[in-house]
Amino acid sequence: MQFLNFKEGQFIDFLSYKRLAAVFSGLLILAGVASIVAHQGLKYGIDFRGGTNVQIQFSTAPDLDQLRQFFAEKGMKNVVLQTFGDAADKEILLGLPTGSPLGTGEQLTSELRKILLPQHPKLEIRRIETIGPKVGDELKISAVQAILIALGLVLLYITIRFQWRQGVSAIVALVHDVLVVIGMFSILDKEFSLTVVAALLTVVGYSLNDTIVVFDRIRENQGKYRKKPFDETINLSITETLSRTLITSGTTLLVVLALFLLGGEIIHDFAFALLVGVLIGTYSSIYVASPVAVYLTKLAPPAGTAPATT
Amino acid sequence: MDIKFKGGIILIVLIAALYYAFPTYRAYQPGVDPQTVDNKVNLGLDLQGGMYLDIEIKVEEAVKEIIRRTAVELEDLLIDEQIDFVEVRQTAGSLIVEMEAGKKVNLELEPYDRFLVQFDQQPEGELTFLSLKEDEANRIRESAVSQALEVLRNRIDSLGISEPSLQKQGANNIVIQLPGLKDRDRAIELIGPQAVLQFQIVNSNATPNTYNRLTEVVKYQEVWDKTTNKLISKRPYVLDKKILMTGEFIRDARVRIDSRDNSPYVALSFDSIGADLFAKITRRNVGRNMAIVLDDKVQSAPVIREAITGGEASISGQFTVEEADTLKIVLRSGSLPAPIEIREERTVGASLGEDSVEQGLSSLMIGSVLVLIFMIFYYRLAGVFAAVALIFNVILIISILGAFGATLTLPGMAGIVLTIGMAVDANVLIFQRIREELKRTENPRAAIQEGFGKAFRTILDANITTLFAALALLQFGTGPIKGFAVTLSIGIIASMFTAIVVTRFFFDIVYLRKTKLHKLSI
Repeated sequence: MQFLNFKEGQFIDFLSYKRLAAVFSGLLILAGVASIVAHQGLKYGIDFRGGTNVQIQFSTAPDLDQLRQFFAEKGMKNVVLQTFGDAADKEILLGLPTGSPLGTGEQLTSELRKILLPQHPKLEIRRIETIGPKVGDELKISAVQAILIALGLVLLYITIRFQWRQGVSAIVALVHDVLVVIGMFSILDKEFSLTVVAALLTVVGYSLNDTIVVFDRIRENQGKYRKKPFDETINLSITETLSRTLITSGTTLLVVLALFLLGGEIIHDFAFALLVGVLIGTYSSIYVASPVAVYLTKLAPPAGTAPATT
Repeated sequence: MDIKFKGGIILIVLIAALYYAFPTYRAYQPGVDPQTVDNKVNLGLDLQGGMYLDIEIKVEEAVKEIIRRTAVELEDLLIDEQIDFVEVRQTAGSLIVEMEAGKKVNLELEPYDRFLVQFDQQPEGELTFLSLKEDEANRIRESAVSQALEVLRNRIDSLGISEPSLQKQGANNIVIQLPGLKDRDRAIELIGPQAVLQFQIVNSNATPNTYNRLTEVVKYQEVWDKTTNKLISKRPYVLDKKILMTGEFIRDARVRIDSRDNSPYVALSFDSIGADLFAKITRRNVGRNMAIVLDDKVQSAPVIREAITGGEASISGQFTVEEADTLKIVLRSGSLPAPIEIREERTVGASLGEDSVEQGLSSLMIGSVLVLIFMIFYYRLAGVFAAVALIFNVILIISILGAFGATLTLPGMAGIVLTIGMAVDANVLIFQRIREELKRTENPRAAIQEGFGKAFRTILDANITTLFAALALLQFGTGPIKGFAVTLSIGIIASMFTAIVVTRFFFDIVYLRKTKLHKLSI
């Protein structure tokens, strides 16, 4: 079985869509930034913001409004209650701010039981996570550091193996991917947690994979067809690697989808970030990295070559 | 490379992989206690349930405490030697000795010279500044952390967790991992308190509004309502500033029940030095009240009726039996050299851990089966090669994790799932290349060779850059993210081997050995 079967030398003119792609990417990023501004920043998970999360399972479906009122009566107005996972799981996630009366308390679980047991005689406290405010700030710094380190290493490696033009265009594509995923989290009002950062870095690695496969082919074709205009070489290279790009995206999406649907609530957002990231990473290696490489080559042609013509 | 040689290498790797993956397989069979098996993949706390704590030792408090004690010691010495001084003041990192006008004390002479071991002096007129030497301060900080480690280990032992782990992390942090912990609150109650026990005399004539701020201090006794767990009142006590004795001489602590009202109390017995000291203190203060202060809170303040010479004391309060038991353990293990702060807590119940394992495994299974089906469907026999290589890959990852006794977390499982999706990429690159070559040439043999050759460089570049991303994640220390980074890195490296070497070997034995090769199933 085969699809996308091209004759040798035949290609799709991907670069003719570069304006459209630029507008699309621009709008996508702009929407994300607008949403972040409108929400007054990202909605950080407790990893970054500090506080306590308690995951509680009830034996009967909990009534959130009733519970909220209940906590309010006990003088705890700052608790955040939300259902967690499927309604069938009957689970809630209780968010407490740093320094709340229950906070990092020694008696957090027994206190919660005391409060909830009269109404819900059977409940199970399944998970408690507390992050001190200092740790939150530290993790924020490490997250930014990790992303910068990854991008820096990539820039260095590609510049050594290819050219700085490719290095810079790969970075542009990666920053694009990261911004789109972050924007998507803000638009959908999802919490931005540490695992999402891990997903982002995986997306960086993945998207880069695609970009490098295309760049590798460009380099090979440049050696093979010295007379061809640069644009055409790029189009040809993208076309030649297109089926591989789509198949790998496909298999990766299959497993990510399996994680997203079956992996459970705890890694749901992680899988979601990967889902968006794999899609956008595939797109960006075709429509972002390559056009930027063309642009940079026109802007600063490599020594000893004629400027590329369109 | 010679086929036999290649086959030999693959066989060795396969046998080694099976050998190292086997303990993990055996450990998690029903009816087997995983702890009895060595060299297995350990389940992270998020998968088996338990508590992860990252605590910070407030080492600066330990430094301050040393300076405070030195100030008291020096003051006592100056009084004993009958030197005219105004006061010994304590600042953040130093002491200031203020002499009366015209008086001087030479700290370089006995008996004061011992203070100069830890402090640098700088005289300025009537004032002498004593600042703690930097290397001394560092020594105090370091020993505070190692002492805390010791004390916490003792306290945790009483929880009866079979494999607790305490590790120093960074300069001032300790990471505690308690797999299988059931009672979360009790663990925090045991780990949390500094447990500094102090004996101070109560001045019954002074009130909190009229007391001598230079020599006295107010500390409170808290009264809690046991049913609502609310603080009802705080009773103030005016105490002599001087701390007569601390908990360092405690030899043993036990919970006893008071026969009069059936309330539990904690009975202390001191070692011989402590017993002598306690006898001396009580003899001097017969008729007065002595406050027993724990972590700056007054527990009780009984009247001293006569000198207590037996080296025994008791702490009563409104304890529940459990609280008394906790206090007993904490006092037995000794006090922490400095207060601690819980920076991070992650506690997972056992049932949630089981659910996570199940969900992780099912996404792993279904994800891989889908990928395998696709590969076989799309690339036929070559797809079968890739599928076998992929299964080999998973065994290899498990064996490497097992050989190092690594810990698998839920994100780590996600890393393996992801690796499977990405591992086939190398095969896809190779197979697409072979297909391209087949269009160009009539010779399938050359197509295979060209396909592998040309794809190799791309695979290398692509995988190395993905590794960079995984390495950037490793800086997150011990958290769950690290588990993800580790499995992803191992997965990438293992996939290069299986996709390039193992698949190639299949092509070699199935196709390249044939004398007449017309068609490839790809």
